[in-house]
Amino acid sequence: LVLISILGLHCEYFTRTHVNYEIKGDVAVIRMNDPSVNTLSVQMQREMTEVMDEVWGNSAVQSVVLISSKPGSFIAGADLNMIQACTTAEEVTLLSQEGQKMFEKIEKSPKPIVAAINGSCLGGGLEFAIACQYRIATKSKKTVLGCPEVMLGLLPGAGGTQRLPKMLGLPSAFDMVLTGRSIRPDKAKKMGLVHQLVDTLGPGLKSPEERTIEYLEEVAVEAARGLAKKQIPLTKEKGLMQKIQDHVMSYPFVRQQIYNTVQKKVMKQTKGLYPAPLKIIECVKAGLEQGPTAGYLAESQNFGKLAMTPESKALIGLYHGQVTCKKNRFGTPEKEVKALAVLGAGLMGAGIAQVSVDKGIHTILKDTTLEGLSRGEQQVYKGLNDKTKKKSITTFERDSFLSNLTGQLDYNGFNKADMVIEAVFEDLSIKHKVLKEVEAVIPPHCIFATNTSALPIKDIAAVSKRPEKVIGMHYFSPVDKMQLLEIITTDKTSKDTTASAVAVGLKQGKVIIVVGDGPGFYTTRCLAPMLAEAVRVLQEGVDPKKLDSLTTGFGFPVGAATLADEVGIDVAAHVAEDLGKAFGSRFGGGNIEFLKSMVDKGFKGRKSGKGCYIYQPGLKRRDVNTEALEILESYKLTPNAAISSDSDIQYRLVSRFVNEAVLCLQEGILANPVEGDIGAVFGLGFPPCLGGPFRFVDSFGADKLVEKMRKFEEVFGNQFTPCQLLLDHAKDPSKKFHK
Amino acid sequence: MASMLLTSLRSSPLTSVQAAQFAARSLGTSVHLQAQAKSKKTLAKPGVKNIVLVDGVRTPFLQSGTIYADLMPHDLARAALQGLLNRTGLPKDAVDYIVYGTVIQEVKTSNVAREAALGAGFSDKTPAHTVTMACISSNQAMTTAVGLIAAGQCDAVVAGGVEFMSDVPIRHSRRMRKTMLSLNKAKTLGARLSLLGSIRLAHLAPELPAVAEFSTAETMGHSADRLAAAFGVSRLEQDEFALRSHTLAKKAQDSGLLSDVISFKVPGKDIVSKDNGIRPSTMEQMAKLKPAFIKPHGTVTAANSSFLTDGASAVLIMSEEKALAMGYKPKAYLRDFVYVSQDPKDQLLLGPTYATPKVLEKSGLTLNDIDVFEFHEAFAGQIMANLKAMESDWFAQTYMGRKTKVGAPPMEKFNSWGGSLSLGHPFAATGCRLVTTVAHRLQKEGGQYGLVAACAAGGQGHAMVIEAYPQ
Repeated sequence: LVLISILGLHCEYFTRTHVNYEIKGDVAVIRMNDPSVNTLSVQMQREMTEVMDEVWGNSAVQSVVLISSKPGSFIAGADLNMIQACTTAEEVTLLSQEGQKMFEKIEKSPKPIVAAINGSCLGGGLEFAIACQYRIATKSKKTVLGCPEVMLGLLPGAGGTQRLPKMLGLPSAFDMVLTGRSIRPDKAKKMGLVHQLVDTLGPGLKSPEERTIEYLEEVAVEAARGLAKKQIPLTKEKGLMQKIQDHVMSYPFVRQQIYNTVQKKVMKQTKGLYPAPLKIIECVKAGLEQGPTAGYLAESQNFGKLAMTPESKALIGLYHGQVTCKKNRFGTPEKEVKALAVLGAGLMGAGIAQVSVDKGIHTILKDTTLEGLSRGEQQVYKGLNDKTKKKSITTFERDSFLSNLTGQLDYNGFNKADMVIEAVFEDLSIKHKVLKEVEAVIPPHCIFATNTSALPIKDIAAVSKRPEKVIGMHYFSPVDKMQLLEIITTDKTSKDTTASAVAVGLKQGKVIIVVGDGPGFYTTRCLAPMLAEAVRVLQEGVDPKKLDSLTTGFGFPVGAATLADEVGIDVAAHVAEDLGKAFGSRFGGGNIEFLKSMVDKGFKGRKSGKGCYIYQPGLKRRDVNTEALEILESYKLTPNAAISSDSDIQYRLVSRFVNEAVLCLQEGILANPVEGDIGAVFGLGFPPCLGGPFRFVDSFGADKLVEKMRKFEEVFGNQFTPCQLLLDHAKDPSKKFHK
Repeated sequence: MASMLLTSLRSSPLTSVQAAQFAARSLGTSVHLQAQAKSKKTLAKPGVKNIVLVDGVRTPFLQSGTIYADLMPHDLARAALQGLLNRTGLPKDAVDYIVYGTVIQEVKTSNVAREAALGAGFSDKTPAHTVTMACISSNQAMTTAVGLIAAGQCDAVVAGGVEFMSDVPIRHSRRMRKTMLSLNKAKTLGARLSLLGSIRLAHLAPELPAVAEFSTAETMGHSADRLAAAFGVSRLEQDEFALRSHTLAKKAQDSGLLSDVISFKVPGKDIVSKDNGIRPSTMEQMAKLKPAFIKPHGTVTAANSSFLTDGASAVLIMSEEKALAMGYKPKAYLRDFVYVSQDPKDQLLLGPTYATPKVLEKSGLTLNDIDVFEFHEAFAGQIMANLKAMESDWFAQTYMGRKTKVGAPPMEKFNSWGGSLSLGHPFAATGCRLVTTVAHRLQKEGGQYGLVAACAAGGQGHAMVIEAYPQ
């Protein structure tokens, strides 16, 4: 019998491309090996079902190990294309139900199944793993477990909302499913998500990755045997705390209280703009209160509904966009940047240094004063030290990263730099002075990148002897937290220079958009008109707090008034003036003089302690700066009642942003709408649920947007005149930025 | 060092047959012919001073917490130094310099070399310094001595090492220390009271000496278990090797081969004259033990790891000229040596693999020229991993930049009088034991060249070639 089944296996082996298995004594080892990335695709599911049936039917097999042959990935999740190919909610619901059925069979398997996890175990992959009887994970840095569905506007649709609460308890399960956070192996072991951990191995008789997977398999096979022989218990003795928690949770009113609290928290954070978290709560509740049948049904139906929401489509679009913007479309640069020099140890300069040294790039941080340098080096140290506190790196790694940093006041060592990024004060004459000084000391191949938020790169490059090596790299503050990097090329910038800047940015962990040169490039140029409108709204007597709630209510993570404080009122004034000069009355709206008066009074935003709000160290609560309101008094405008409803104000702010973004695409500043959406969401906090300005136009309707803008245009003039490309889309509804 | 937690777990009855069988089994390495001609007749080089090992001794190596428990480290060191004087009849003022190794430092005797030398009655005109390099500390002491002689600064140097694990410095917490130090400086009663008031219960928690690698926070046993897994060393192989070590040590002890051991009258206790960690067990007994570091699937256990040991060793190193002038018959020449270092995480214990080919190349010998191998046995898994690494072309090509494998030593020449697993491993004292054992084995077995290799915390390693002194 065994022989026959082995022969059978060999025949099948060649026809299957995604799943195969081997029988080791009484243990069947099932290996997943999708030709690309392991996802729960149709093909994978079909082959898995076949293999499972054979394994269950084979009396020589007592237990099963499920493992991936791919280093770095167990199962990365469901196949998104499979979901996106569906046109109705019912189709998606059906997909979900098929997944549920398959995992139910896994859960009820008479032969214990051990999931041996190395690498990402996410979404559907995690749901597969938790349906198995036992889980072993490697301690690899690549091993993460999580339910990221919520970040795509979906929910775990293959039993995740039903099994996790039972396995982890309500609080942990909600945390995991609602935040979508990735859980590292040690945490997973602690919370009971996995049973056993396996160390990663170093060099041996094979490569570390290969041998680690082999070792994981050996340990998993032993565990599978132990489970089959009942030497390893399936349920762990619960601790006292767990017992108490279980007991407390057995009261319906306690559970009700938790649902309410979680619901409130979700509403507060999402302003009700994201349907997925609410649906998740609904599914968990249905499962626990009405039983599994109702629970699984709610899960599959809600999964179908969510997949059809514009929010989910927007979030999935952002996910794809992010993947695209993590690639270098300019190819591999001729010379890798190994030695970097950063000029200016301010907030930006030190931030750039921090994200470089921890990627192994030797970085010189140069400032002109010892105080400035010391502050900057401290910032880098603190940034890395905070990571040791969160245990994401060890103190030893921190020290070794810091050894890549050289702080200095002179140009020593610049002759060996491959790239210089200047982050000095935003003043053209200072930038010119620095560029000339730097060019005198750097080698011919060295790239000069300038970190500016608004000054046109060609103006800076005007004094360069080698403009093909000059490029703009616009980082966002705080550099170690903000994901976006906007790279600006002039028509003289060489392709290799661009490729090199993108390569450095990717190494620094950034999501990158590459845009054309011009005042304010893309991001600053979109933000400026919105802030100008925000100032006008303030002048019309809207309280900063009200302005903030209107913007966050639309989906911006940070309110417009707070954003101005974060950016810096002085910077905002500076940029508004520069861009105002470049673009004329289209960038008007609020009175720049108001911003200048604020700056004169020392209200420069958060950094100075006062802006629209008052900031006190250690205090989370912020009060509106009444002195700022007094200044506003003298710039007061009378609002026009016809266009001053809450909704009107929101669309006044957003439409100027969106119109400018579309204009950037029209003018060729942007290469494509994808980068436009990514830049706006990751750099400026454009509402992620809308997916970026371009997807917003697609889903909201260009015609409706134009209609609104025409209404505002009547009152305010050309600031609201829709650009040609937007008009084209309004005229022809079949025109979409995203297909 | 990491086996610190293991001592209490060790308990096993005597005797076994399997170990002897294992001892006879070669690891499939190149066939060695006794009568084979050496690549080089001698390693003496024209114009280079010959440096000799006159003699070497050690105290019995005892499991920590046993008979030595109430001593201090320098007491053990004194015993070894006095033993060396007795054995060699060396006039105390004939020593130019003393170098001593130690790993876990007793804070009161941070230069333990000087304290022990004074206490052992050496001339107070003889300078002494202490070196530390984890498990190869006394190797470092010996090579320092070699350097001093080669440079013409000294003619006779005593080197050695001591480790005393029955007592280790346990500190107050950093917060508590800070408060106590501030208290010293506080001038007023009020200031003192406010400092005392700042003490919290948590500050009183003591700080144990780290059993982990500082750079990676991984204990050595854990790393050894991962290393064994990386090289596919099974639990069975490890237990077999450990049993071999104990069996051979027992045989050597019973037949009086461990002549470097001196008797030591411990104050308040009996005279000690034998190592007390040698306990050949059975494979069945050893198989019962649970893994000590990686649970539940690890393979390193208390029985296949070296245990925490108290002990000291000392050697007398001289220029050949001086030794002969003083009427000594040296035991061996100390020839080429190397230190190596590699990744302290994944290659922590692979020192011997890297050091062996390097020292052989340096001296112009091949593996076949070596008659006697003495490798430090930190863990059975570590030794087996090193042997497998040396036998792997892939490893040699991928990680060592070599064209072919190093080749593993033939087992019949390997640690045939036992090793650190059975004799014990007082960290800083082991190096001198290895060198003295090579000299004794060369005399006994009639070979010409011997090789010492050892791994050490920090991902470091050492190897030395020793040439028999013509009989």
